[in-house]
Amino acid sequence: MIALDIFGISNNALLAVTAAITGAGLVGLAMWIAGLISPKSFNPQKGEPYECGIPTRGESMSQFRVGYYLYAILFLMFDVETVFLFPWAVQMRELGVGGIISIAVFFCILVLGLVYAWRKGALEWK
Amino acid sequence: MQDFAVITNWIHDFLISTLGLPTWLTVTIECVAIGIGLLLLYALLALFYIYFERKLCAAFQCRLGPNRVGPWGLLQSFADMFKILIKELIELKNIDKFLFALAPYLVIIASMLAFAVLPWGNGLQIIDFNIGIFFLIAVSSIGVLGILLAGWSSNNKFTLIGALRSGSQMVSYELSIGLSVLTMVCLAGSMSVGDIVAEQNRMWFIFSGHLPAIIAFIIYMIAGTAETNRGPFDLPEAESELTAGYHTEYSGIHFGFFYLAEYLNLFIVSGVAALLFFGGWMPLHFPGWDTFNHIMDYIPGVIWFLGKAFVLSAIIIWFKWTFPRLRIDQMLNLEWKYLLPINLVNLVLMACIIIFDWKI
Repeated sequence: MIALDIFGISNNALLAVTAAITGAGLVGLAMWIAGLISPKSFNPQKGEPYECGIPTRGESMSQFRVGYYLYAILFLMFDVETVFLFPWAVQMRELGVGGIISIAVFFCILVLGLVYAWRKGALEWK
Repeated sequence: MQDFAVITNWIHDFLISTLGLPTWLTVTIECVAIGIGLLLLYALLALFYIYFERKLCAAFQCRLGPNRVGPWGLLQSFADMFKILIKELIELKNIDKFLFALAPYLVIIASMLAFAVLPWGNGLQIIDFNIGIFFLIAVSSIGVLGILLAGWSSNNKFTLIGALRSGSQMVSYELSIGLSVLTMVCLAGSMSVGDIVAEQNRMWFIFSGHLPAIIAFIIYMIAGTAETNRGPFDLPEAESELTAGYHTEYSGIHFGFFYLAEYLNLFIVSGVAALLFFGGWMPLHFPGWDTFNHIMDYIPGVIWFLGKAFVLSAIIIWFKWTFPRLRIDQMLNLEWKYLLPINLVNLVLMACIIIFDWKI
């Protein structure tokens, strides 16, 4: 019904690569222009981390709290679930009641996972 | 309805038939033209958005906002960009140079790819995969990598904390975005952006989608605000705690890329909301109101799309200037203990409405 491709190029991958190259080109071009016209001066103080004004203590690329990590793992679980649900969502009308029952089983296992994480206290920011 | 494909097909035929160019050359010329167009559109929109936000926030605070450079201060953001170009790029000690340089590329490429998927009008869409909306979610999560790399490689404690906060926040709220989109994909029955728009020819999904569409819209707007790291979810760059968060160490145009991508992401989030809930470029149609529908058809699709996107981004900007910043535990609780369960229930509700034809 609607002709969607610009210039009749049906190869969308080519266009995606074009867009990615355009993005990289934008950064590269602007960096190049900035390198040409921006001033350069050297001062050892400039290379210091921009923190509190006093000399930095210790390693900056250091350990961080494990809480962030837990959320990332939980995210992984739910994100993969979303990926599995997408094909069902597209075919939902064709699969009908049978599809919804089978996806409900999958869904229940996932909700159990969330309930488990919740009960275990993984969702608490301690 | 105007079909933009007429113009592009004419240019294609002109290059192939009239000039008699070989196919590979034609495709190259067209790709370069698309690339330049995309670049200009990207830069202009980001600059316009910076101006738009500054004007709006001035209005919310009873100020005038930028009004000196150009008429109504329209050229202010151009002047700012030029100023940022002539600022020095400071060389830092002890940073991971490769990752530090790579981070802006990832952030910009992610937003550029997502930007290219948005439908601007009938036939005016650059990438049209049959899994378009899925592709959009997938590429927009590359942006998180850029931010994490920026924070890690800068050798600064503030940037590290900012990047981790940003990572956990964007990753968490991506679930809500994904599930809201999934709910609407259920309703549309297709992942192709073009099909989703075509499906809303009769009525926009926010009207025809019953209660679940409205819930999904509200959740999408909250999650979208968090996804773009804007207030009240601006913890990654909370000035009072972390100086400027993950991009503290970036200077000059290097910082400008993060700034550009942030505003472009605001446009992408509101553009996707317009696409999923308000029909993309589709004019306002109601079944039965034929005269009204015909009058609405005279307004070009580009204006519809941009108008919807601007109104939705104005709402997101409004959030920023209304609500105070959340704490990190409140932010994560909101997502994992409220939005995610509500979203799961909402998805089941939508499935039941479609399959069992429930009336809500």
